[in-house]
Amino acid sequence: MGKAPLLEMKNIKKDFFGNQVLTDINLTLHEGEVVGLVGENGAGKSTLMKILFGADVIRETGGYSGDILINSEKVDFQSPFDAIAAGVGMVHQEFSLIPGFTATENILLNRESKKKSVLSQLFGERMDTLDRPQMDTKAEDSIRKMNVDIDKDMRISKMPVGHRQFTEIARELSKDQLKLLILDEPTAVLTEKEAEALLESIRGMAKRGIAVIFITHRLNEILAVCDKVVTMRDGYVVNESPAKETSVKEITRWMVGREVSGGSAAEKIEDKGADKRTILSIKKLWVDMPGETVRNVNLDVREGEILGIGGLAGQGKLGIPNGIMGLCQAGGQVTFDGQEVDLNNPRKCLDSNFAFVSEDRRGVGLLLDESLEWNISFPAMQVQDKFLKKYFGGLIKWRDDAAIKEVTDKYIDELKIKCRSSKQKAKELSGGNQQKVCLAKAFALEPKLLFVSEPTRGIDVGAKSLVLQALKNSTRKRMLQ
Amino acid sequence: MKNFKLSDFVSRFSVPLMFVLICAVCAPISGLSPSYLINEIVTRMGRNAFLILSLLIPIMAGMGLNFSMTLGAMAGEIGLILVCDWQIVGIPGMILAMIISIPISALLGLFCGKVLNMAKGREMITSYIISFFINGIYQLVVLYMMGPVIPIKHSSIKLPRGYGVRNTVSLLSMRQKLDNLIPLSIAGVKIPVATFIIVFLLCLVIVWFRKTKLGQDMRAVGQDLEVAKDAGIDVERTRIISMVLSTVFAGVGMIIYLQNMGNIATYSSHSQIGMFCIAALLVGGASVDKASIGNVFLGIVLFHTMFIVAPKAGTVITGDSMIGEYFRVFVSYAVITVALIMYETNKRRKMNKAGERLAMEQEEE
Repeated sequence: MGKAPLLEMKNIKKDFFGNQVLTDINLTLHEGEVVGLVGENGAGKSTLMKILFGADVIRETGGYSGDILINSEKVDFQSPFDAIAAGVGMVHQEFSLIPGFTATENILLNRESKKKSVLSQLFGERMDTLDRPQMDTKAEDSIRKMNVDIDKDMRISKMPVGHRQFTEIARELSKDQLKLLILDEPTAVLTEKEAEALLESIRGMAKRGIAVIFITHRLNEILAVCDKVVTMRDGYVVNESPAKETSVKEITRWMVGREVSGGSAAEKIEDKGADKRTILSIKKLWVDMPGETVRNVNLDVREGEILGIGGLAGQGKLGIPNGIMGLCQAGGQVTFDGQEVDLNNPRKCLDSNFAFVSEDRRGVGLLLDESLEWNISFPAMQVQDKFLKKYFGGLIKWRDDAAIKEVTDKYIDELKIKCRSSKQKAKELSGGNQQKVCLAKAFALEPKLLFVSEPTRGIDVGAKSLVLQALKNSTRKRMLQ
Repeated sequence: MKNFKLSDFVSRFSVPLMFVLICAVCAPISGLSPSYLINEIVTRMGRNAFLILSLLIPIMAGMGLNFSMTLGAMAGEIGLILVCDWQIVGIPGMILAMIISIPISALLGLFCGKVLNMAKGREMITSYIISFFINGIYQLVVLYMMGPVIPIKHSSIKLPRGYGVRNTVSLLSMRQKLDNLIPLSIAGVKIPVATFIIVFLLCLVIVWFRKTKLGQDMRAVGQDLEVAKDAGIDVERTRIISMVLSTVFAGVGMIIYLQNMGNIATYSSHSQIGMFCIAALLVGGASVDKASIGNVFLGIVLFHTMFIVAPKAGTVITGDSMIGEYFRVFVSYAVITVALIMYETNKRRKMNKAGERLAMEQEEE
């Protein structure tokens, strides 16, 4: 490696209003190298990447200190556009695609191939007409670079999630100047097969000389594809080692700073299924959820049972809870505790003591702009009149702030939610902690039946085992699914 | 399978179908002859098409129905009043009026675009209120400044008190000059060929515009502001351009409209034009976020057929002629309300439809 590194980050420091989140980060990256960046939620991975990508939020919160060098030249990105011009590309956790556009149109968004026309001479280049055939070729090229099969003429809104992710990556790949690609949890929404294809295409990119920073919580993927693993914890880089010389177990220990026992099968629970009565029975359920259609499902759930529904993305496993809870159009017969459940009516479900932790925690799960207290107590307050002080025989209801605080603190403690106080806004927490808030919210309802949809999506090993443990504990106390 | 397609068709075109029904019921009651009806519709097609087409671009840019097209209409009126006073007649007068109106409407469009950028997501109500605000300024200009500040010479235009413009300005000198430029009459139906050519040209421009970079940007902005912004599209500017274009087209459209009418009702011509145009577009099957050229023409035919026959039918039934006038205004407001509600329910029904299909499939298994 005689050549100068492609990227050097030296002594990067960053604080959010006095709260130190990154301390003396050093990172070097060579052409065609794949670096895996791992760490628990809130370890500072995302912040580091935002600095590298020139995100607005970094400048708005006072900038950073330290140097970033690309090809040995110091850079200071004022906006993501500067970063893109310098050859840095980033695929975010959230999709940034236009739903009504085809894959081609999205891949070449704002970089469309154009043809001159008479009017564009008169009115400037925005009046150029689009060169569709050339756009198609370009899009096909970048899709081919990934070795996956995506219909370039399909609208994004009709695509399964995995294909959307690939479209987004294809957009980065179609940029000629791309030298460094940041992938922020690209496999979180992919099925195993799709993830495998993605890893394959990462290898392909590396061969073409593109450096990749790969952030994921699936450590096996890191080992499979990366040259180097960088582990972060609490704003420090705690370890940097070649991927060949390490193992999942080792990385986990660096990440958490302690030994982690896998959340599954830690204790043996005797199967008492046979003598328990069936509490929920689903017959001939169909659910119309975009990308997760459910057809003709029959299921029985017994009291105190935890039932796992697995399956690849797009197979309909998410559709079942969303359908029963009335978030998506559904039909069929669902009986709970001897009574038929009214489908397509979320309120009825909540009234009959169901609770649901949605996979879409930012959209459905949380009131992002409100405090943790509000988030946790809100459904219980709305549905079950909890945390309310009643006057005049229930004519006037006042919020009982003391009780709300008490219950919030209880769950913060129980689920180890990392936050400054119970008054902090939900959007300021990291993904894993937001997930814990969603769980707390459902627990506060003290449900008889709890649907938990993808509770571990996008959260790290430590938080994962905590979440799973919490689910198990609560089952033993109450009746849950 | 055929049944399926029929019900889909009905739910998709429920608004236009409802108007076909109204027209079919009212037409025989009104007792108007078919040739009269066709003549009227063709005339109104030429009169209104350009104005309604001006609504398409903001819809593409995701800004909804442009209630502030009234701004362009006012600019067009100011152009016509000035040209009238300068005694420039016929087609040259019209062209000059357009030339005068364009900078005014561009400026107003720019203002409107800037305000709407501050009110993202609430474009329709904001543009509606802007049209009232600018109407106030228009009245100030026309009622007080025309005379002392902007010279107006002719007493046929000026109010007797010495300043301000009369309630009605006659456009006899250019009345239907454009419509009759190329005279053509088929089976007793007069066809305004030159107007249709201009409308056709605008259609071509709009079709071509959709294929340009700017058009593509507008579609992107219309669908997702944030994503478009992240991709480096100048969202604010794109939205302003769409407002400017719409307002300028509305100004030109208003001049075409008024040359057909033959006079300007100085203080009221523009005030209802936005409402009628939007109603017609909605009747043609457009929605807040989707509209095509086809919607424009279907809308004109249906809405104006109803416009002609419904008051007459009302008069025939009740024997009172006042009820007809009342009916016109009432109906167009009702149309907008009904159209907006129907599209909302349609959206919901579409979701149910997909579900029902799933249930059906399951039964078949």
